Amino acid sequence: MAMHKITVTVNGTAHSAEVESRFLLVHFIREVLGLTGTHIGCDTTHCGACTVLLDGEPVKSCTVLAVQAHGRRVMTVEGLERDGKLDPIQEGFMQEHGLQCGFCTPGMMMTGHALLRRTKNPSEAEIRQAISGNLCRCTGYVNIVKAVQYAAAKQQ
Amino acid sequence: MAPKTTAEVGGMGHAIKRKEDPRFIRGQGRYVDDITLPGMLYLDIVRSPYAHAKIKAIRTEQALKVPGVLAVITGETLAQYNLHWMPTLMSDTQMVLPTEKVMYQAQEVAGVIATSRYAAADGVDAVEVDYEPLPVVVDPFKALEPGAPVLRTDKKDKKDNRIFHWEVGDRAGTDRAFTEADVKVTQHIYLPRIHVASIETCGCVADFDRVRGKLTVYMTTQAPHAIRTVVALVAGHVGLSEEKIRIVSPDIGGGFGGKVPVYPGYVIAIAASVVTGHPVKWIEDRMENLQADSFARDYHIRAELAAKKDGTMTALRIKTVADHGYADAAANPSKFPAGLFSICTGSYGFKNAFAEVDGVYTNKPPGGIAYRCSFRVTEAVHTIERMADVLAQELKLDPADLRLKNFIPPEKFPYRSALGWEYDSGNYAGALKKAMEKIGYAQLRKEQAEKRKRGELMGIGISSFTEIVGAGPSKQFDILGIKMFDSCEIRVHPTGKATARFGTKSQGQGHETTYAQIVAEELGIPAAHVEVEEGDTDTAPYGLGTYASRSTPTAGAAGAMAARKIREKAKKIAAHLLEVGEEDLVWELGKFSVTGAPQKSKTIQEIAFAAYTNHPQGMEAGLEAVSYYDPPNLTFPFGSYICVVDIDRGTGEVKIRRFVAVDDCGNIINPMIVDGQIHGGLTMGMAPALLEEISYDENGNIQGGSFMDYLLPTAVETPKWETDKTVTPSPHHPLGAKGVGESATVGAPPAIVNAVVDALAHLGVRHIDIPITPEKVWRILKEKGVAE
Repeated sequence: MAMHKITVTVNGTAHSAEVESRFLLVHFIREVLGLTGTHIGCDTTHCGACTVLLDGEPVKSCTVLAVQAHGRRVMTVEGLERDGKLDPIQEGFMQEHGLQCGFCTPGMMMTGHALLRRTKNPSEAEIRQAISGNLCRCTGYVNIVKAVQYAAAKQQ
Repeated sequence: MAPKTTAEVGGMGHAIKRKEDPRFIRGQGRYVDDITLPGMLYLDIVRSPYAHAKIKAIRTEQALKVPGVLAVITGETLAQYNLHWMPTLMSDTQMVLPTEKVMYQAQEVAGVIATSRYAAADGVDAVEVDYEPLPVVVDPFKALEPGAPVLRTDKKDKKDNRIFHWEVGDRAGTDRAFTEADVKVTQHIYLPRIHVASIETCGCVADFDRVRGKLTVYMTTQAPHAIRTVVALVAGHVGLSEEKIRIVSPDIGGGFGGKVPVYPGYVIAIAASVVTGHPVKWIEDRMENLQADSFARDYHIRAELAAKKDGTMTALRIKTVADHGYADAAANPSKFPAGLFSICTGSYGFKNAFAEVDGVYTNKPPGGIAYRCSFRVTEAVHTIERMADVLAQELKLDPADLRLKNFIPPEKFPYRSALGWEYDSGNYAGALKKAMEKIGYAQLRKEQAEKRKRGELMGIGISSFTEIVGAGPSKQFDILGIKMFDSCEIRVHPTGKATARFGTKSQGQGHETTYAQIVAEELGIPAAHVEVEEGDTDTAPYGLGTYASRSTPTAGAAGAMAARKIREKAKKIAAHLLEVGEEDLVWELGKFSVTGAPQKSKTIQEIAFAAYTNHPQGMEAGLEAVSYYDPPNLTFPFGSYICVVDIDRGTGEVKIRRFVAVDDCGNIINPMIVDGQIHGGLTMGMAPALLEEISYDENGNIQGGSFMDYLLPTAVETPKWETDKTVTPSPHHPLGAKGVGESATVGAPPAIVNAVVDALAHLGVRHIDIPITPEKVWRILKEKGVAE
């Protein structure tokens, strides 16, 4: 199988690797870079556990090829905390009990983080729509909505 | 009830933030697929496309030519070690890998071991299997007919497809009560197969150290100790001895019952590690998870309710066929083949009841596990709460009035039910009245009447459930003979901090926080200073694990009892330090004081230091205790839920407008976590009520084996749940607490179904089987001539 040299900037640092054409971005992140905060829940773009930001936009990294990320910027859950300071979305999830098992949480936070970049003060309906591609089996979403609202208020 | 401890100590009743969260919000959780060991190999599994077929040949030559593929493991390979079969938790048997035939679609046929997950997947594609299809039995009623093909030909004396017949109650007395009844209603209810679909699938890393002879398995299990014993029993003959087996359950991405059973993938990974001497990782993908792992429900229920004209319920009679698939791989306590289905008399004071369940083999995946519920309690609650509404409709009574008339009154507790349970405590009317007030029940009924005049479809549904959780007392409850106690070991260190280890395993419930709060409550050591550990069988005391809402009733109680043992010793040390008799000391908020001289006192921290530095002569040093808690009874959480739905006459879509949940789980450890458990439970109650179903065509092909077809609720369909509570402590639990994680999953579905039926009742609709999809509703609207 053809191999490709790729360079991807992940959380601000450029990483290069030789990968097969079919190699998934989520495996590049988890297995090549060892950033295991991005999870795999379904392989079919439904659950959103693998959500990362690609050039600032949320994507499901289980259905993006690593070669498609060549020359682009990726941000994962590990990139949210800056200089020892939590991102407001992380604070929101902790303060509002927006997580239980924690498995969907990184993807959910990345989607929430991206929403708040686009929309400073989203309505509840906008929040629910934005996270509708991220499944959570534990929380019933009530406190996830509150967590995003907490982060929105914090950023004002 | 105000908390007894200060916010700084953070004992029971404080909504302290979770100790788990700092790692999870940073992506620093450690789930099984995050574990990578040096030299690790990958397992991927070849699965059957047929629901029933003879295996004529498995050809592995091409697979072995794939770069990176090292071995292909088949049933024949495992048969050399006599590891091709394994027991289920219900003392049935199931294949690990087949040597003769496959019994359900997606059954494991062979395992491919390779140096990467991509190579393993390539290897799976290259394995060639010749099958000869056999007649498929999908319908459990046909499976019971004389002349049906006998599926379990591996069982020598098996002449039919019946697994068990189980019955409980007074058949003759119940029949008599039916003969004498003024009113009788009968309803068939089907609760389809569903799947827990935790967002993390199942998997493991098996690591056999050939030099030390030690097997370590990191795996997605809710019950690590039980798994260790099962592995020792199954593989003892090949030299795996229990002290050389370490099961580690790392962070778990949701369990809900699906991570209790032993799946063939775990066993193949263990065998592969033993054979190769390398660590072997197996992580199933979502389709494997949905198609092959244990399912829940699949109960075909015929229920009958007898009553007086005034609505007084007099007798309940239930006959059920339980489709277990290829093997009875449920995870019930051993003496309860139908779980705790006998809670089906619910919150009502029946004098007579009788229930029977027949378990049946079919060509579907094995199982019968819970779906966030305590062993078939959801099936029982769905039945009785539906039947209450069917009766109310028959008698033209308001369903709230009917319930209030029939509730077991608070003064009757402890209450002995007609089917043999002793309910510990309850105030059912209190919960229902609170829910009615909160939602504005009377006003909603008026609104509904007005809307009906205008042709709008609005319904109000009630469910007043009683749960049964915390298995369980050793006289009745065991799994494969092991009694269902649970455990806690507390070590108080010289500087007054503590480590507490438990036999359970959190999968998101927040044990690291709530257990620390229990220790804080009992010892006055701040919860922040109590480190909770679970899930490693090398360090934790033996316990039966976390499922069936048993953690607080069993291990939580063990935590309180171990802390009290520590307090007993602390008292002796305090008496020594204060130079008074033990009888002169009183315990309050983390310290022992001298009666009448409160300025003379010793804190638990001072006592802990003395336990290592200045303990009395003749006393052993240290401050530790362990408790194996055998609960005297189960706990019986309850609640009343009210749901309001609006139905779109154009599309048949059901929209939950409001949902009020009043829960009573006794004394509360952490109100924030309890609320979160109820939110999640309600969503997992709504899911099968409106969305989820796994069905099969006549050839046993699964319909709904991926998230494309198996619909989990998203944030858009899920309503904004409104929660409230009443508090009726358990009289026998040391903390007055009951379990809570599953109440809402159990209680919510009938509230939703009752609301939908209520919206359509004036059209003559009496029952709808779940999931209530828009199509199903639209067809009813069409048939009744009201579709837009």
